[in-house]
Amino acid sequence: MKTYRSLAEIQKAIASGNITCKQLVEQYLQVINEKSHLNVFLEVFAEEAIAKADVVDEKIRAGRQGRLAGMVISLKDVLCYKGHRLQAGSRILEGFVSQFTGTAVQRLLDEDAIVIGRTNCDEFAMGSSSENSAYGPVVNAAGEKRVPGGSSGGSAVSVQSDMCLLSLGTDTGGSVRQPASFCGIVGYKPTYSRISRYGLLAYASSFDTIGTFAHTIEDTALTLEIMAGHDDYDSTVSHEPVLPYSTLLSNNKKYKIAYLKEPLASPEISAPVKGAVEDAITWLKNDGHTVEPVEFNYLDYVLPTYYILTTAEASSNLSRYDGVKYGYRSKSHVNLETMYKKSRSEAFGKEVQRRILLGTFVLSASYYDAFYTKALKARKLIQQATRDILKEYDFIILPTSPTVAFKLGEHTKNPLEMYLADLFTVQASVAGVPAISIPYGEDNEGMPIGLQLIADAFQEEKLLAFSRHILNARKKG
Amino acid sequence: MSDLKDKNSFEAVIGLEVHVQLQTKSKVFSPDANKFGSEPNQHIHVISLGHPGSMPKLNKKALEYAIEMGLACHSEIGRYNFFDRKNYFYPDLPKGYQVTQDKTPICKGGYVEIGFDTNTPKKIMLHKIHMEEDAGKLMHVDGKDISAVDYNRAGVPLIEIVTDPMITSSQDAGAFLTEIRKMVRFLGISDGHMEEGSLRCDANVSIRKKGVTTLGNKVEVKNLNSIRYVQKAIEVEIERQTNLTLQGKKIISETRLFDPEKNQTYGMRMKEELNDYRYFPEPDLAPFVVDDTMLDDIRKKMAKLPRQYYDDFTQKYGLPAYDALVITEKRDFAHLFEETVAHTTCYKQVSNWLMGPIKSYLKENGTSLRKLSLTGAMLADLVNLVEKGTVSYTVACQNIFPEVIKTGKAPHDIAHDMNLVQESDSDVLMPVIKEVLAQNADKVAMYKSGKKGLLGMFMGEVMKKTNGKADPKLTNQLLVESLA
Repeated sequence: MKTYRSLAEIQKAIASGNITCKQLVEQYLQVINEKSHLNVFLEVFAEEAIAKADVVDEKIRAGRQGRLAGMVISLKDVLCYKGHRLQAGSRILEGFVSQFTGTAVQRLLDEDAIVIGRTNCDEFAMGSSSENSAYGPVVNAAGEKRVPGGSSGGSAVSVQSDMCLLSLGTDTGGSVRQPASFCGIVGYKPTYSRISRYGLLAYASSFDTIGTFAHTIEDTALTLEIMAGHDDYDSTVSHEPVLPYSTLLSNNKKYKIAYLKEPLASPEISAPVKGAVEDAITWLKNDGHTVEPVEFNYLDYVLPTYYILTTAEASSNLSRYDGVKYGYRSKSHVNLETMYKKSRSEAFGKEVQRRILLGTFVLSASYYDAFYTKALKARKLIQQATRDILKEYDFIILPTSPTVAFKLGEHTKNPLEMYLADLFTVQASVAGVPAISIPYGEDNEGMPIGLQLIADAFQEEKLLAFSRHILNARKKG
Repeated sequence: MSDLKDKNSFEAVIGLEVHVQLQTKSKVFSPDANKFGSEPNQHIHVISLGHPGSMPKLNKKALEYAIEMGLACHSEIGRYNFFDRKNYFYPDLPKGYQVTQDKTPICKGGYVEIGFDTNTPKKIMLHKIHMEEDAGKLMHVDGKDISAVDYNRAGVPLIEIVTDPMITSSQDAGAFLTEIRKMVRFLGISDGHMEEGSLRCDANVSIRKKGVTTLGNKVEVKNLNSIRYVQKAIEVEIERQTNLTLQGKKIISETRLFDPEKNQTYGMRMKEELNDYRYFPEPDLAPFVVDDTMLDDIRKKMAKLPRQYYDDFTQKYGLPAYDALVITEKRDFAHLFEETVAHTTCYKQVSNWLMGPIKSYLKENGTSLRKLSLTGAMLADLVNLVEKGTVSYTVACQNIFPEVIKTGKAPHDIAHDMNLVQESDSDVLMPVIKEVLAQNADKVAMYKSGKKGLLGMFMGEVMKKTNGKADPKLTNQLLVESLA
């Protein structure tokens, strides 16, 4: 059984008659079956995927196939796919079936991508280890006692362990980049508003971004260019023109790159991760780029800012899950108030409850200015400081996560410890700029390390092309 | 007597919050129909229900309508706008928050003039007008201990008009509401039906000693389904608060409901919680800008307001204030008047026709002007026929008008076709008169001997012979001459 790790390889194999779409889907289904203990999928659309593969095979024979013919993808359980269940890893959405397909997913389907299933994740995308799912934790294929990161852990492992070629996750504060780093694959978070959020179940609307997990930059770029752009259903989406990113990947420029001093000096950073970033700095210098340290004085403020604003929005976004219209309703209620309280207490997990309470608190009249208003100001400052660096430098590099994948259960007792896993990813989220995690070596136990690159808003093509250059050059070297 | 004197030493301070449902085709943030009276839960798009992953999208028409109302009220139109979320739990609120405008209302300030037909016109000052979405409706299921929710109304566009606390009487409150209702109907942005809830009003009522400038504790009165109820509720609430104060009791700031049958307000017997709506900017809707071009376009498209018609009718056409007020009560009447006076200069006669025969016809037949095929040109034709003496007023009213309504034909054609044109030619009338007098020689003698009352009888005979078409004025004159 040959493992394919790029769409180009697959399309070549199909064209030369080595495999059909249907056989490819069957191959993925077999892996999913063999590795079911990783708890990656909440639902596998086996028959549907095979049937769709037949259709795509037919299209290929007739020469009418879309650009993604041969690409099999998985969807994080927060993305709407018409006629399919949507649970957000939560009991509160028990039995809920989405009545529409989100814009990004629809655009991939229109190019003949095949959806093989719905992946496990932290409940409502709140978490950094994929242990907060009501359907059990996801396991990292690189080390089966380890977490895959989160919240899009299922999506990351589905790509890592070849259950599909590419996966759509969501990144609110690092939920694509951090698990990509833990699983040794490419995780991309585009500029905020680059991709329509219509059909993305909201956690924190002003941060939420659809992102991708893939093995290659080529596949990342191609899916981005298909998904991105104006959408009638999302008034907040950017009207900035979408470039053909997949054709703009050649790179031979010498760049000015900033690295932040503070993360490397942070007590949270582990030795192997620090070593990898130092190695990257040296490597980039040797590659002819200017790499300079810069100061970023807001590192201590990014996590509080992020948690105040995201929980505030989450507390409101999750109000709709009240047991009235759909999903879980407690059977033991006696009146309206107990129906609300019991339904929500019984069906939301602890972390989700914690964030709803926190968000409700920071928005309450007595604390609004002390927390919410102040966090909005802090967000502006962080945004400005980040954009200022990116005016002078082409990229910022920093570790994706302070550590490699930690052990299952290692941080579940202490939420603050868990929140630190996002320490280096939230900056790009707070600033709304694009960021990527690419594999950059392993620690001595074979656990992958990710290097994060950040570019200025809407410089997707530059970020993708340079990431590809690093990956390819290091492969050769 | 001292009691009365005490009562008179208080004054009421009233502020109104008026919700107006805008009659757009679709809802304010979703494409499902904005329609009253359907079976429950027929218009429930995923956006209206707040399904996970759905996002709102602003209906441009709703925005335009809100701006029209603001322009009509002389408000300042907000240029940079965003929506906010008002968070609270209730089953009729699908998302657990209402999308509204807290920080940047689309219209700021402004006023509505009332009593402009009197010597004491007043400006009711507005605090703001903002846009928001309506909630669904809870329905209590008969005979069962359960409630059901109908989400047809969820997401229907609303504007909320908030006055300053400056209204001092129930009469003024009623006049303000009447004017608002006329305005939204003339603009065509709402049907203004209070009984169907497309116009809703809450009244904030407080009292204070005359001369005091601070505000007393206010009571919010709800459940006011007609302008009359609003007035009644204000009156009984002022009475209640005054009595309490005279008894030395405190007025509690609370929400009370009006019971029209008992003609009293009562507390809502709910836990009086301090509502904390945790407003924050709605991150799912992009902020939007209203620019000069948009404002100019709206100004150009905007329908004429009742006040503008009133001013035109009294100033340009010299109608009495009473006439102008009656004709500007309904848009169709004002339109028809304006259309008609393009074809005739008998302005007052047009007004008489509208307030007289046309109004009674509509009443008797339970119909509306819009359903009739009566155009301004036709009405002008009718007025002109009478004015020129071609037909008599009675014939115009009783014979021609019903026929115009029935056939849609032009009144002068009907007059000719039905042979109703008055005979005003003395050469034609004289032979008939002579014939009548010859046939009634005895009566002529009696007339000449003093029985002048017989003139009517001769008149009747002439009318009989001419099938009622003889011009009565001319006939009368010719008869008197012939009998002299």
